[in-house]
Amino acid sequence: MAREQRLAEVFVELADTLVEEFDVVDFLQTLTERCVELVDTDAAGLMLDDQRGNLQVVAYTDESARLLELFELQKEEGPCLDCFANGQVIANVDLAASRSRWPVFCGAALDVGFTFSHALPLRLRRQVVGALNLFTVEPRGLTEDHLAVAQGMADVATIGLLHERALRDQVVLAEQLQTALHSRIVIEQAKGVLSARAGISVGEAFARMRTHARRTGAQLTGVAEAVVTGTLHHAGLQAAMGTREDGA
Amino acid sequence: MGQLRRGTREVGVASRRVNEIFQAAWTGSSDGTDLPGSLASACVRALPVSGVGLALMTDEGPAGIITATDGAALELEELQFTLGEGPCVDASRTGRPVLQPDLAVTAPVRWPAFAGGALEAGIRAVFAFPLRVGAIRVGVLDLYRDHAGPLSPDELTDALSFADAATLVLLHEQAGSPVRGAIPIADDRAEVHQATGVVSVQASVGLAEALVMLRARAFAESRPLGGLARDVLAGTVNFGRADDGG
Repeated sequence: MAREQRLAEVFVELADTLVEEFDVVDFLQTLTERCVELVDTDAAGLMLDDQRGNLQVVAYTDESARLLELFELQKEEGPCLDCFANGQVIANVDLAASRSRWPVFCGAALDVGFTFSHALPLRLRRQVVGALNLFTVEPRGLTEDHLAVAQGMADVATIGLLHERALRDQVVLAEQLQTALHSRIVIEQAKGVLSARAGISVGEAFARMRTHARRTGAQLTGVAEAVVTGTLHHAGLQAAMGTREDGA
Repeated sequence: MGQLRRGTREVGVASRRVNEIFQAAWTGSSDGTDLPGSLASACVRALPVSGVGLALMTDEGPAGIITATDGAALELEELQFTLGEGPCVDASRTGRPVLQPDLAVTAPVRWPAFAGGALEAGIRAVFAFPLRVGAIRVGVLDLYRDHAGPLSPDELTDALSFADAATLVLLHEQAGSPVRGAIPIADDRAEVHQATGVVSVQASVGLAEALVMLRARAFAESRPLGGLARDVLAGTVNFGRADDGG
């Protein structure tokens, strides 16, 4: 499929997600996954301002603890943090050549096998509410075209966060950010519960919850809450996954 | 708030602030028995609010008022508890902060019964913060103010830090393991929350108790919570009852 066509499809898909009762974490998760697909990168993560001076990870494309560590590190040092602090795109960071600027972060990212990283701000006028972080394995930077798509994705993420709400409203922004952060925690807790109950990995647990949410039209956070409270049994989730082919 | 001008702002300040708040509350509480009260008093001193209330929540719903710094705060806590409506009730039910900078404008429509009582008690603004760690809900921190107006971004940051400190205190109280002395600050890594879920299944306990168990084990073994969480996920540490003896 032509990239332009796929690009258009993805933006329509994301816009379609923004219906009345959409799940913000699920939306941001889809967005990071599409980012890896459309922009020449291998991993993506999205961090939001926790309004306490820190960034918190709310969506990421890979369950590997080592990738998560990279995001954690960025609370202390790294291009994502700098991007968040000054609202500027910090793209095409050659990790090997940037060791003097961010020694700990670059070292850790190189260890995981990445060579380039990119950070794009989630901007709301003069404010920065978070940052989108991309990592590339192959030693090459992003083209202007890919960078534009990535920034477009970051802008869509901001819109999603403030969907249908008065953008001027600080109160709403605070409520939305805090709620998104806690939704993510509920999902992590549910991944742990489900993986222990069903004897599967946390990645598989996440996939099953998302599939179930998609199939039943429920919100991902709602599914996670049901797993945590025990009202949704893991057998029910497995059934929802199904083994029957849907053709093709 | 990530304002463009915040480039010079110190990062990681938040967790330090939570620790600071906690230590101050501990010092202010004679023997550690009234930690919530001491924390509420510190909150009312630190922020431009006239009163602070703390309400406890369990899985079954609102479970009562723990502390209030003054008559008006106590009155409004009790009023909401009785009526079953109000900003703090909404915050605890939905898990979202409910920030109401001007009650005279918004409250009569949203909470008719509560509005009358609040305005009569001289309260013009309420900021209610749910105290939660994901699906773990432990209570609500309510800030009352005798004049209208929003919290500034810095005040909001500080209020959220007080909420974080109060969450830790109530988490331990709720799990029947009250805080004594030093408390490790919260760790928001994804692995810690995943491990909390795993431990709750292994030990057949609720998430709140599972998190307290994890924190207690990390504290007892003087190791970082993140490392212990990773071991739980890798299966090298198991909190199953059967393993307790060995």
